Amino acid sequence: MIVELNDTTSTEIQKKLIRVREEGGAVALGRVLTFLIHTSEPQEEKVISAANEASREHPMRIVVISEPAQSSSSQPRLDAEIRVGGDAGASEVVILRPVGQGENFLPGLVNGLLLPDAPVVTWWPNQCPTCMADSDLGQMSQRRILDSLELGDGFEALSAVSAGYHPGDTDLAWSRVTGWRTQLAATLDYLETEHIDSARVVGMAGNPSAMLLAGWLGLALGRDIQLDSTAHRGIGGVSEVSLETPDGVVKLTRLDERTVTLTVPNQPDFTLFLPRRPLESLLAEELRRLGPDRVYGDVLLNGLKWVRT
Amino acid sequence: MKPNPLRLDGDRRLARIAGPSSLVIFGVTGDLAFKKLIPAVYDLAAGGLLHPGFSVVGYGRRDWDDEQFRSLVLESISAHAREEFNEEVFASLRDGLRFVEGTFDNSEGFTRLAEVLAELDQSRGTAGNHAFYLSIPPGQFPVVTEGLAAAGLAHSVGAGWRRVIIEKPFGQDEESAAQLNATVERVFPPESVFRIDHYLGKETVQNILALRFANSMYEPIWNANYVDHVQITMAEDIGVGSRAGYYDGIGAARDVIQNHLLQLLALTAMEEPVSLDASAVRAEKEKVLEAIAPLTHIPTSAARGQYLGGWQGGRQVKGYLDEDGIPADSATETYAALRLEVDNRRWQGVPFYLRTGKRLGRRVTEVAVVFNDAPSHLFPEVKQQQLGQNALVIRVQPDEGVTMRFASKVPGPAMQVRNVTMDFGYGHAFTETSPEAYERLILDVLRGDAPLFPRHREVELSWRVLDPVMRQWASTGTPEGYQPGTWGPPSADQLLARDSRVWRRP
Repeated sequence: MIVELNDTTSTEIQKKLIRVREEGGAVALGRVLTFLIHTSEPQEEKVISAANEASREHPMRIVVISEPAQSSSSQPRLDAEIRVGGDAGASEVVILRPVGQGENFLPGLVNGLLLPDAPVVTWWPNQCPTCMADSDLGQMSQRRILDSLELGDGFEALSAVSAGYHPGDTDLAWSRVTGWRTQLAATLDYLETEHIDSARVVGMAGNPSAMLLAGWLGLALGRDIQLDSTAHRGIGGVSEVSLETPDGVVKLTRLDERTVTLTVPNQPDFTLFLPRRPLESLLAEELRRLGPDRVYGDVLLNGLKWVRT
Repeated sequence: MKPNPLRLDGDRRLARIAGPSSLVIFGVTGDLAFKKLIPAVYDLAAGGLLHPGFSVVGYGRRDWDDEQFRSLVLESISAHAREEFNEEVFASLRDGLRFVEGTFDNSEGFTRLAEVLAELDQSRGTAGNHAFYLSIPPGQFPVVTEGLAAAGLAHSVGAGWRRVIIEKPFGQDEESAAQLNATVERVFPPESVFRIDHYLGKETVQNILALRFANSMYEPIWNANYVDHVQITMAEDIGVGSRAGYYDGIGAARDVIQNHLLQLLALTAMEEPVSLDASAVRAEKEKVLEAIAPLTHIPTSAARGQYLGGWQGGRQVKGYLDEDGIPADSATETYAALRLEVDNRRWQGVPFYLRTGKRLGRRVTEVAVVFNDAPSHLFPEVKQQQLGQNALVIRVQPDEGVTMRFASKVPGPAMQVRNVTMDFGYGHAFTETSPEAYERLILDVLRGDAPLFPRHREVELSWRVLDPVMRQWASTGTPEGYQPGTWGPPSADQLLARDSRVWRRP
């Protein structure tokens, strides 16, 4: 069900939310967190649908602050939309559309809509304050999510992000390499090799995920990691990772959008199902643990310096 | 295991994946294999939790070739897997499917199995890691384990591991359990034997640990000072059906109480373990099982019943004695209830009532912790017993969750109170489908993690609780009949009435 509210206030939205719930029998209990999304209007539907999908794993209240693409000269006011039931996955969605920029102070806008006691996570899908933790929304959230892939060149983006880093920050470019990291770590688990002579990552030029992956290897191995940015376009940020061990090479090579080849010394090659992940799966991963991701912080602050291009 | 440089401290995103290995299923032609085990393997593969070379070998008497086996596996996955079907995942699994034709008492079959496993070590890189799942009647364990030993499959070569997985029943009494155990452990070392009680793989059962020990509001009242009694129920609404051959002579108590219900009791009543490691949790469970007071007078601490024919839920159903394959004079109980006490400081004087049965009111498994009455001087409802006791109910299945019952004021000018419930449903708070119990358990075996597997000592201790009851029942009388669709025989109600209590309706 979708309810539109024009020229409204947070208090009215809250009242309406309770009424809609009672009438519709959509008992929105058991929500585990409030998910704030700060986006621009053209991106709205894409990010809401990803968040709705992620809410199947993490039932939550989604509050979207959708900035109009063009600033309007009309009288400042607040328009809103409430979605529950079938239109909202396992969540309830409140979309706030402040009209007439600058008049609306963000914390005052959303505070009344946060769930009591539940953690708050904020996501900036396609832009990002220079320091997430210092921003208005960042200050009220336990966890802050950005996507450095949307911020232009990877190196510049990551150095900006690392300059403003605070524990609790996280990056979808980092969750994009979880699958690669899992496979590499699992392979070393059974090879029982402590010693790695060298490591190399091949990825697309300026891709932050490839850099974070190389940075992670640098941090873990304490040595320079070669980042080769010559990968052809169109098959994802990372296209190959290889580790040189005394027994031979451990290598993951992307074959297509869905599979990679795993090469391990003294074993046949395997085709591994490691699909490129949609936004909702990345978000679901980010919401699984709400404590700061120390390893990400460490990679950002101390790992990237090992990356050689 | 050597330290892995890529597993940094605090990196909680990286799932632990089972290393290269294979699962050999004995009794692969049975229901369990195609309905549960193979779908669970597929779901694990789809979740990326298995090594790409992971292989499944079926062993059985049919003259299937690998291709036939593969198409049956495909059917089973399409019908029963939880995850959506995915071509790539299946393709990689498919290459590792083998079928070995053989009987359990014929060494040729085992020799062929050894060859197939050696071939998998080469072509799929399974590296000598093999788990043997004995989905077969326990009577055949000796011949299979001996067969494995004779073919040189029971002992690991080099760095590879060999594990064996067995299902309940773990014997029919303490003595036969010990024999069975000796048979298996003659061939496999104790740490390589995994006893599956699929109940323990259920999310809600594991949640008992989380509920008790990840919170601070329950543990202070989780003792005899506040708890009046505990009721543990596992009810089925179906009859004995196709399990007649197995069930008759075994009965409800051996089939369910010995393993599932006593495990639930142990998890509910145990002290806080020092860690969540297998050995620490097991030590606490063993202590509780050991503290269960031996039953001295069976007639007042146990009840049994057998369902009669009649109408249940709009359908006419047969009585137990009229079921196919059941002798007309069978004294096997289809309902069993026990009143147990745990003799330790925490639970002194708190009875634990356990009940299970077939053809009961509905299918439900739950643990209900019922608290003491509130002081009655303020509210007449308490005094007049219109107000039930507070209760915390852990619903294991279906509709997994936790319910709390407490009193609340009824809106209006008068001070009137009434019971209300507060409900947490897994399905509401976590809408992702929970993994099937077998997924978790198979993965644990492959990773060599065994917190959810009972060791022989636990099996032995639970038989010790049940054996006197079974002996008494075998020597005197017959089970009391009960109407299908009810909650058991009158003697079960008397079991609680003697303590001025009643069974709650689950």
